[in-house]
Amino acid sequence: MTDSAGRQPTYADVNRDVIRTLEPPSPAYFGWMAVVALILTAGILAWTWQIYAGMGAAGKRTPQMWAMYITTFVFWIGIGHAGTLISAILYLFRARWRTSIYRGAEAMTVFAVLTAGLFPLIHAGRMWFAYWLLPYPNQRYLWPNFRSPLVWDVFAISTYLTISVVFFCVGLLPDIAAIRDASTGWRKKIYGMLSLGWEGTDRQWRHYRRAYGLFAALATPLVLSVHSVVSWDFAMALVPGWHSTLFAPFFVDGAIFSGFAMVLVLIIPMRHFWNLYAYITDKHLDAMGKLILVTSLVLSYFYLCEAFTAWYSGDHFERASLFWKATKSYAWAFWLQYFCNSLVPLVLFWRRARTHTPTLYVVSILVLIGMWFERFNIIVPGLGHDFYPYTWGIYWPTLTDTMIVIGSFAWFFILFLGFIKVMPSVSIVEVKETLPHPVKEAHH
Amino acid sequence: MAAGGVLGVFAHVDTTVRAIRDLRAQGFTDFTVYSPVPVEEIEAVLEENRPVSPVRLFTLIGGLTGIITGFGLTIWSALKWGLVTGGKPVVSIPPFVIIAFELGILLGGLSTLLAILVLGKLPALRRSPTYDPRFTVDRFGIAVTCGPERAPAAGRCLSQAGAEEVRQ
Repeated sequence: MTDSAGRQPTYADVNRDVIRTLEPPSPAYFGWMAVVALILTAGILAWTWQIYAGMGAAGKRTPQMWAMYITTFVFWIGIGHAGTLISAILYLFRARWRTSIYRGAEAMTVFAVLTAGLFPLIHAGRMWFAYWLLPYPNQRYLWPNFRSPLVWDVFAISTYLTISVVFFCVGLLPDIAAIRDASTGWRKKIYGMLSLGWEGTDRQWRHYRRAYGLFAALATPLVLSVHSVVSWDFAMALVPGWHSTLFAPFFVDGAIFSGFAMVLVLIIPMRHFWNLYAYITDKHLDAMGKLILVTSLVLSYFYLCEAFTAWYSGDHFERASLFWKATKSYAWAFWLQYFCNSLVPLVLFWRRARTHTPTLYVVSILVLIGMWFERFNIIVPGLGHDFYPYTWGIYWPTLTDTMIVIGSFAWFFILFLGFIKVMPSVSIVEVKETLPHPVKEAHH
Repeated sequence: MAAGGVLGVFAHVDTTVRAIRDLRAQGFTDFTVYSPVPVEEIEAVLEENRPVSPVRLFTLIGGLTGIITGFGLTIWSALKWGLVTGGKPVVSIPPFVIIAFELGILLGGLSTLLAILVLGKLPALRRSPTYDPRFTVDRFGIAVTCGPERAPAAGRCLSQAGAEEVRQ
């Protein structure tokens, strides 16, 4: 880690540079906030209209009852995965380059899961009855069907949200204490309360470090289980193209792939606007580029397996479903997915592309588009052409559900933009840990 | 500072470690070390005569409670409200493993959080009198708790080890 002059930052530099990101924002920041808030308002209005008019307003009719809401739900859950991978799995592997990007990635995870969590509620229609999904004692002795993948989803996602939030807040604790000590007035009071009185004593660090390792160890199997459970929403059904044991690893890999793309979409501008080049270096971008490339290659392998097993199974419906996806109403979405997810990331084989920010940015955006369409292609064409011609049906978006989906992006970005101005988006403590410790004797 | 205590502020890890060793050699055992980041060297010296942190016990108990709750809830409620479908057993263990796994992680994680709070004595409403805001930036501190008669000895020990500032 070196700055533009090739000098390694000191501990005090790290505090100063990270706390600098919390200075009062520029008018451009408020401008962006206003744009995002406006889009979010449109989304909320669309949701209000859907509640008033009914689910028909969202274009839901048999057999297309899942459509864009579940597509976007799976997309956002997937985005969250890269954050946990960086904060937990790379922590367990002692990958030191993660330190300067993990906070941003972890915030992304929490906000992505908060966004994803809205969709089952929006999709349920009468979301004020959402608590029916939970097991609670009631006078009719009714309990959820624990053999249903949708109930597994409730447990997996609420656990994922809770553990991500806890892991995120625990990581923030010593950093909030550092901000508390650098601020004055009412800010000092608020950060003082949020820091829970953290002082960095040996006693606190001792238990903290143990606990942090355990959180990482718990989050690792959790993150792999969450997208597996989400994939079983599909794989447990008999719909052609869904009923496959391949789905769990296929979904997890796709999730990490899209999540890394989102991390780049968020950290490249952060690095530019706050001049964090000393902390987020080309080495980080290179490593992220490599991870995107690897997950893309694995994904392409899964795509080939998917097509091969559909053909090799000899099952008429599996073959018909694949043929229909590739050549009929949604063929454009099908080929767009392959273009964005399998072809475009191949440019990352070139080292220069991995450190050239405009290229990386464009690749990341295309990957996000591709991964959204991958989920769309599983859900919409999958349901559109199953066993009997009388259950076939096409879906086209309506203004209402399109606005809600676009509004979800605004909701995510408003949370993220808000976060980066009140909390350190680069970890003060973990970045310092990767620097050489200050020592007096040179031989040390 | 509370009755009988000395605080040494250090700029370097090696001098802090030396001070801890010297203090121990002189018979001081009750001291608190402040550091802006967790440092392996400091931990190694402190861990010499200390048992491993019991956080993992919290995690284990929480995790097991979650797993038992998961199986208990699913099996009990399936028996209470039998949904017989396709001739499958009412108590079908494979899907219940998922619920037990998720609840195991959930309660394991929450009890680990509890461990940080309980064992780290958080939230603390007041800063301790020996705390210095520089300890979250780039300074290390050793606060020795001792009677007034031993304070000069502790202070000497800290300055000889290389403290840049010693306060009574």
